[in-house]
Amino acid sequence: MGFMMTLSTILATLASPIAALAQSEAAHAASQEAGHAAEHVAHAAEKIEAIAAPGVGPMWLLLIPVLPLVGFVLSALCAAFRVKSKLPAWLTVLCLGASFAVTLGMYLQVSSGQIANPSVATGFEWIKVAWGAGDAHSIIANFGLYIDSLTCLWMLFVTGLATLIGLYASEYMAGDVGAGYCRFYAAFNLFVFSMSCLVMGDNLLLLYLGWEGVGLCSYLLIGYFYKKPSAVEAGKKAFIVNRIGDLGLALGLMLTAVHFGSIEYSVIFAKAQPYLAALSEGRLGDIPAVVQLIPVLLMIGAFGKSAQLPLYVWLPDAMEGPTPVSALIHAATMVTAGVYLVARAYPLFLLSETALPIVAWTGALTALLAATIGMAQFDIKRIMAYSTVSQLGYMFAGLGVLTSTGAAFHVFTHAFFKAMLFLSCGAVMHGFAGQLDLRKLSGVGSMPGWRVVGIAMLVGCLNLAGFPVITSGYWSKDMILGGAFANPHMVAIGWILLITAGLTAYYTFRVYFRVFVGPKYFEPGDEVHGHAGDDHGHDHGHDHAHADHGDRGHGHDAHAHFHPHAPGWAINTVLAILAVAAFAVIGLRFVGGHEGWVSGLIEHSSANYGGHAMYAAAASHGGEHAHATFFGYDAHQAMMYVSGVVGFIGIAVAFVLHYAGRTTAAKSRADALLPLVGPLAKWAQGKWYVDELYNAIIRVPLLVAAHVFHLIDKAIVDGIVDLFGWVPKFTGSSLRPSQSGVLHGYALSMAGGLAVLVLIVVMVMR
Amino acid sequence: MNMLASIPGVLDAAVLAQASAPAPMAQSQLAHYMFISAALFAIGLIGFLTRRNLIIMFLCTELMFQAAGVALIAFSRFHMNMTGQTFVIFILTVAAAEAAMALALVVLLFRRRESLNAEEFSEMKG
Repeated sequence: MGFMMTLSTILATLASPIAALAQSEAAHAASQEAGHAAEHVAHAAEKIEAIAAPGVGPMWLLLIPVLPLVGFVLSALCAAFRVKSKLPAWLTVLCLGASFAVTLGMYLQVSSGQIANPSVATGFEWIKVAWGAGDAHSIIANFGLYIDSLTCLWMLFVTGLATLIGLYASEYMAGDVGAGYCRFYAAFNLFVFSMSCLVMGDNLLLLYLGWEGVGLCSYLLIGYFYKKPSAVEAGKKAFIVNRIGDLGLALGLMLTAVHFGSIEYSVIFAKAQPYLAALSEGRLGDIPAVVQLIPVLLMIGAFGKSAQLPLYVWLPDAMEGPTPVSALIHAATMVTAGVYLVARAYPLFLLSETALPIVAWTGALTALLAATIGMAQFDIKRIMAYSTVSQLGYMFAGLGVLTSTGAAFHVFTHAFFKAMLFLSCGAVMHGFAGQLDLRKLSGVGSMPGWRVVGIAMLVGCLNLAGFPVITSGYWSKDMILGGAFANPHMVAIGWILLITAGLTAYYTFRVYFRVFVGPKYFEPGDEVHGHAGDDHGHDHGHDHAHADHGDRGHGHDAHAHFHPHAPGWAINTVLAILAVAAFAVIGLRFVGGHEGWVSGLIEHSSANYGGHAMYAAAASHGGEHAHATFFGYDAHQAMMYVSGVVGFIGIAVAFVLHYAGRTTAAKSRADALLPLVGPLAKWAQGKWYVDELYNAIIRVPLLVAAHVFHLIDKAIVDGIVDLFGWVPKFTGSSLRPSQSGVLHGYALSMAGGLAVLVLIVVMVMR
Repeated sequence: MNMLASIPGVLDAAVLAQASAPAPMAQSQLAHYMFISAALFAIGLIGFLTRRNLIIMFLCTELMFQAAGVALIAFSRFHMNMTGQTFVIFILTVAAAEAAMALALVVLLFRRRESLNAEEFSEMKG
């Protein structure tokens, strides 16, 4: 694909709405809409055919999950042999890189048709439970891979980013070379293995295995610094909150097994086909309630793993883990597992009248809530965490408003730019001894040795903020916004997301303008950093930067010998690659399917089929428009301008408040606005006290109940048991004194007893 | 009895009964025996309760024992029922064996404590 072609496509896409806007007479618009609806019905008619029965995939596809497993074993062996070098990092990069290469091969073969789409590659028979003859009486879960274009999309960025972040971590984790390094890479590889089981498994149980596996690795890596109480707490929190969601997933899985008699995707999709047909003919009553319940349960699992309301609270705390982990697991891959689950089970979700609207509303509200919290935080990594929650909300909203393509595209672009943002923040954290407070850093991007980080951060911020036209984040966010406004029932969600887009642009550039540009200033964090053995030859200029600010009286004496530690080649290389990739994926918007490469992939996967059925149902019933408009304009085209303007406003506000005229790191013009918003800023900084709320309404009652039950157990249950012991004990101790051991005593009592007996007998006889 | 009588050479039962049939005891006579029995028992009991020497105490139990024997024989004669007398013969036999054993125990106890005082032996105190 030539660059010129891509460029001309962009121009054409931008130019066409101008023409449409010029001649926007009402009548014309109406006729256009009618055309749209008809087009969709026609589109639906040809798409409703059943999801094809899977072909047989080649066995080499199994290398994709197996190679990370090999990496895991090798890293564990490194730990066993007490390797004190960066060997595990290189082994990991090798294994994951090979896995990525195989994934690329898989993608090429699937897209060229050499591997059927979908197809199943069965490794071995894993679990088979049979209670009678025939398929109806058994549950089969093979270690098999379900390969379709959705799998390809996910695995491409999972293995690709894992490789890059593994490389980044080789430098980032250098301070821990030894046992910690091996432990880190073992869990890292195990994570990629679990993630590939999750994404590639051909049945829900293998997905569940991967689901729990990634949860475990997430727990292990959040608690990587296990001597730090807050890290241990955060790991526990993540694990427990995920358990709540996983309960939903487990129940959904069981209900699927009970109702469909199978947990293999191919069988489920085949058996769901009659229901989809009923849906497209408007016979909603023919879909049993059980079938409608399944997606709701699966959704709870997705909300837990992908940090949506009300289960999002674990993700911000998960930032206690090393930054590469935050980038890979808690920004790019694992947290998109929920989105994957919904996309994979999309035909099932369409069958429920409530599931997708709930998904959409949850996503939109999460996006808004997390964005408002992100605006008020000072810890840059935490801001990025909230922005991840917020962007995941966008993805769910995209799924909910029936633009699974938009959601998947946003997952894809977000994976790149968010990983890059985290890695940039990580480089800052690494270099400034754990300093993450945006009030204590300024102008980092212009310090010598920090150019690449500064540029990468700028690119990431532009993408996240949705800077018009030149960023991939703009195009993917646009697709979701357009989808929301185009869906007549989801316009409110569109507005929420549009507001959130503005907030996102603001808080993103708040970080950029505070930390990476402006006057040079820094206060190192309190993390003792093992520099020993690192070359310091490259950061000469730092003494100078430091001396500049010695006169500001910021108590630098304690850190008099601190040198910022500019990133080395591994970090810089990875950031550079990601920065290029974040731009390059724009091109994907204009090649392939009618809405870009991703739409081409999604349309040929399980995430698509029902979508058209739904449109058909909406269109054929009550003559409802399948396409709503944005103030009379086509929603998709209007959004290109509106969202661009909104993003631009957000950036401009951040510029005015946090860059223009700022002379110190700690203060900015935004502080002057604080009295205007009253306690709102404080509340937002306190994360709207959601943690405290959960503490009050869930944890405290549970704790009280636990104590009450403990008391009941102690007093009543134990009391009854103790009573059985106490009665003979008391009887014995009260009778014991009568056993004096003196022979005459016994004799006397015998004689006395005899006398009494005789007396009684005599009295009675008389 | 009739069967025995019908066998030639066997004494006529009626004749035998007439020749040696003792008269039943009078009720006043029984009271004397009862008095003696009660006195024996009381002496044994008082001795048992007041004395501390194991051998004496043992002898006292023998006294009470024989008091019961006297009462049994007296009643046996009073009712003309030989069961009581048979029983007493058994009792005497058992008492002889029991006396042998009890005295052996007393010897063993003495060896242990170098004393025959009953109050020395109170290990079974509760």
